[in-house]
Amino acid sequence: MENLVPEVLQGSIRAMAKLITLVENEDSRSLEFLGAIYPHTGKAHVLGITGSPGTGKSTLTDKITAVLRQRNQTVGIIAVDPSSPFTGGALLGDRIRMQRAFGDPDVFIRSMATRGNLGGLARSTTDVIKIMDAFGKDWIIVETVGVGQDEVDIVKAADTTVVVLAPGLGDTIQSMKAGVMEIADLYVINKADRSGADALVTEVRIRVEQDAQIKARPWQTPVLKTVAVEDQGTESLVEAVDHHRKFLEESGKLKKVRWEKTRQETLSLLKEEISRNVLEKILGNGRFDDLIDDIIANRKDPYTSVKEIVETLFSDE
Amino acid sequence: MTAKKRIKVIMAKPGLDGHDRGAKLLARVFAEAGMEVVYTGLRQTPEMIVEAALQEDADVVGLSSLSGVHNYFFPRVVELLKEKGLDNVLVVGGGIIPDEDVPGLKDAGVAAIFGPGTRTEDIVKFVEENIPNT
Amino acid sequence: MFDKKKLETIKTEKEQWDCGPVEKVCAKFPDRKTTFTTISGEEVERLYTPLDIGDFDYDSKLGFPGEYPFTRGVQPTMYRGRFWTMRQYAGFGTAQETNERYRYLLEQGQTGLSVAFDLPTQSGYDSDHALSMGEVGKVGVAIDSVDDMRVLFDQIPLDKVTTSMTINAPATVLLAMYLALAEEQGVPYNKVGGTVQNDILKEIICRGQYIYPPQPSMRLTVDLIKYCFEHVPRWNSISISGYHIREAGSTAAQEMAFTIANGITYVQSCIDRGMEVDTFAPRLSFFYNAFTNVLEEVAKFRAGRRYWAKVMKERFGSQNPRSMMMRYHVQTGGVTLTAQQPLNNVVRVALQTLATAYGGAQSLHTNSFDEALCLPTEEAVTVALRTQQIVAEESGAADTIDPLAGSYYVETLTDRIEEEIDEYIKKIDAMGGTLKAIEEGYIQREIQDSAYRFQKEIETNERVYVGINKYTMKEPPPTNLLRVDPKQREIETEKLKKLRGERDQKVWKAALDRLAEVSKTDENVMPAVIEAVKARATVGEICDVWRNIWGEYRPKEFV
Repeated sequence: MENLVPEVLQGSIRAMAKLITLVENEDSRSLEFLGAIYPHTGKAHVLGITGSPGTGKSTLTDKITAVLRQRNQTVGIIAVDPSSPFTGGALLGDRIRMQRAFGDPDVFIRSMATRGNLGGLARSTTDVIKIMDAFGKDWIIVETVGVGQDEVDIVKAADTTVVVLAPGLGDTIQSMKAGVMEIADLYVINKADRSGADALVTEVRIRVEQDAQIKARPWQTPVLKTVAVEDQGTESLVEAVDHHRKFLEESGKLKKVRWEKTRQETLSLLKEEISRNVLEKILGNGRFDDLIDDIIANRKDPYTSVKEIVETLFSDE
Repeated sequence: MTAKKRIKVIMAKPGLDGHDRGAKLLARVFAEAGMEVVYTGLRQTPEMIVEAALQEDADVVGLSSLSGVHNYFFPRVVELLKEKGLDNVLVVGGGIIPDEDVPGLKDAGVAAIFGPGTRTEDIVKFVEENIPNT
Repeated sequence: MFDKKKLETIKTEKEQWDCGPVEKVCAKFPDRKTTFTTISGEEVERLYTPLDIGDFDYDSKLGFPGEYPFTRGVQPTMYRGRFWTMRQYAGFGTAQETNERYRYLLEQGQTGLSVAFDLPTQSGYDSDHALSMGEVGKVGVAIDSVDDMRVLFDQIPLDKVTTSMTINAPATVLLAMYLALAEEQGVPYNKVGGTVQNDILKEIICRGQYIYPPQPSMRLTVDLIKYCFEHVPRWNSISISGYHIREAGSTAAQEMAFTIANGITYVQSCIDRGMEVDTFAPRLSFFYNAFTNVLEEVAKFRAGRRYWAKVMKERFGSQNPRSMMMRYHVQTGGVTLTAQQPLNNVVRVALQTLATAYGGAQSLHTNSFDEALCLPTEEAVTVALRTQQIVAEESGAADTIDPLAGSYYVETLTDRIEEEIDEYIKKIDAMGGTLKAIEEGYIQREIQDSAYRFQKEIETNERVYVGINKYTMKEPPPTNLLRVDPKQREIETEKLKKLRGERDQKVWKAALDRLAEVSKTDENVMPAVIEAVKARATVGEICDVWRNIWGEYRPKEFV
């Protein structure tokens, strides 16, 4: 395979698309390429958008993109949809809701499936952000379904995270998993023309004010209302994102956040590399399966055995 | 090819025809066969379809037409794919397409035409056997 | 219908029959399969008896033809007076070619005209628009302006025929052209009769020929209904359509349920616009599909008629029996036709025609056997029309009203389909109505799930489809297919150029400005649309006025 990096840096959409595929496939060749593009990253503002199905995230993403395009900003969009746990296949339907952006050469949309591996997905999403960043996109929007722990990991890659809620979905703060409240830099109550919107706004506001952890932060988490299908409130939403971005830059928080993020990413890369190398060694010779037989037959126990394996491994070195 | 490689399909309806039963059904069938399917919806121009294929790095583009515009749209999609350097993308078509049009479409670079009544498993098999290994 | 004691006896006898002769035969010759289902997946028992309809009350369930709840039909004498209207949908190429086809069909004894428009017209684009590429004159006739409409009805007096136009999003525009033409012919509006489909909800649900977001779309729909009620009393201002829902893969019960749900939405919208239910409801009409499973179709039609009557009476408080009548047109099932062994389709269409006649339809279009391959040839269109004539004149199906009533099976199935309709309506009401259910993708998903189930049944050979998964054979490619001249777009483009050059620019611009102004208010748009078409504004130009005001609808897709 030819080296895709120079082409990506020169703005080849084809090369970017192919490199993203390598990352999605966890192809080992991608690591080298990612290393080469790394020095060109760090310029884009990364916006994470998450929320339950049916909250209108894709439409919101489309409208935000339209606002950004009016400002002549280029945009990369990563739309994540779940893979089927049974077949491994996926129906990626977000693209269709981004028709406005669709057809604009300065908007790049990539649909990604979770491929039954959310931990890995967080990794590959981070890498895809890097690729779009190096390509020169001013903004990168990551849209994920749901507000579970796994999605939280994905949006950790974002500089600004928007959590979207909508009335009438049984979507209450109580139903959200731990950790989700904390990731929001902005709350959006979409479909705000529906009944129950104001109650939801109040509920979120109260929750934000009562949460000691959120309250202790210097950033005041705003709660905004939008009706994305009618393009209401999207302008103010983008302004709020600007505001947050400015806050990050001026407070020196951006540096801190990025340092922490880089640490996390590097650490997880290290963990992955270690575990892959080590497992290759352990599983390579077939003795592991014998060990399982022994454990099943009660000749050995898993706890002592694992300890022994690690000890042997290091004594070999 | 790595173990994690999955076939990526763009399902599109070119033109103004709104009959999308077949397109949606196949999208689902492809997904059940383990493929990742991007459905682009109705009223797609060849340019929009090819842009989607480019950005999504698709292996397959599936086109469905019931209004009789296949002779214009299908070859145009193939032509634009080539222009963008996407020579390897497998283009397949379906819908109401008279047999006598099939040779012309194949000459234009459409790999296969699946008429009404084709078993979906045959379509899946064709796609699996004919996508180029990269 | 049966007294308790009699039912007890039958029950005992049935048990004996089940354990005796049935078991004995099954031991030697088992059933062909473990469960039998209709094409919609409704389970079918070996035998139906009085036990299945036990406490059946004739008056409340059936009544008499022409009387509430209209289960047995909407007219007292049905086909003994006259047959259903045989109305063949036709249209292709230029207005002139279609006009020739119409005059041929009228000579052949057809009693009503039906216009198929090409996709650019249906989507509100002129023939020279970029998106019209490859589509002009393809699935119907291309109409850009009143000039084309004049050619389409050349030598056809509009007070002598009734015309059904399959047009939705731009229905106001095409109706305006028809009315303008009537005026030219000197036919007063109250002598003009026909139908426009004008059913935007099913376009959004499954047919895809929408232009504007649901709210302004509904406003156009109601403007047209209101205008017709006031000025064109013989015009059926909406044809609430289940046909396309069924084509998209729904079951028979879903077809009826979602169509009725849409109907409820239209009625409510008209009431919300200040119309009295009994002023407009008598002119509502419906449009359904007919598949090959004859008895299920008959049950569907009967259940739908009964349920709609109850909706109008109980939900909307209608007092006028005419408002409670579900009058409908039927088209035989397009998706039931096979490209394989196309002549077999003649038989399918014949069975579907029989189902339609037993079901009590007001008009029928029969598909041509070659439609899975191409646009129908003249020979195929003739056979399709003859099929209706044979069923009407020879089969005897038209000689007595609702002949399947009282059948244990048909009554059971009618009840069951009515229950299913009721469940869907309740569910949709709970979701906040049809528009919400559409927005959430609920209706679309239900239809797609059924389509998927059906496809799987065919592929696993659970359901036999002759020529597809059984009794297949090698056959030579079909010949003699009708084709549309690919030059069509150029011809139409030329005509448009000429039109734009010669019309009075000042009058034209004033008419469009006036239309824009009216559209921003609550005033009915119809008079302004009529003025615009008289000023020779095109379909695309008029639709663009609204696109600029309301924007275009972009649906979420649910796969």
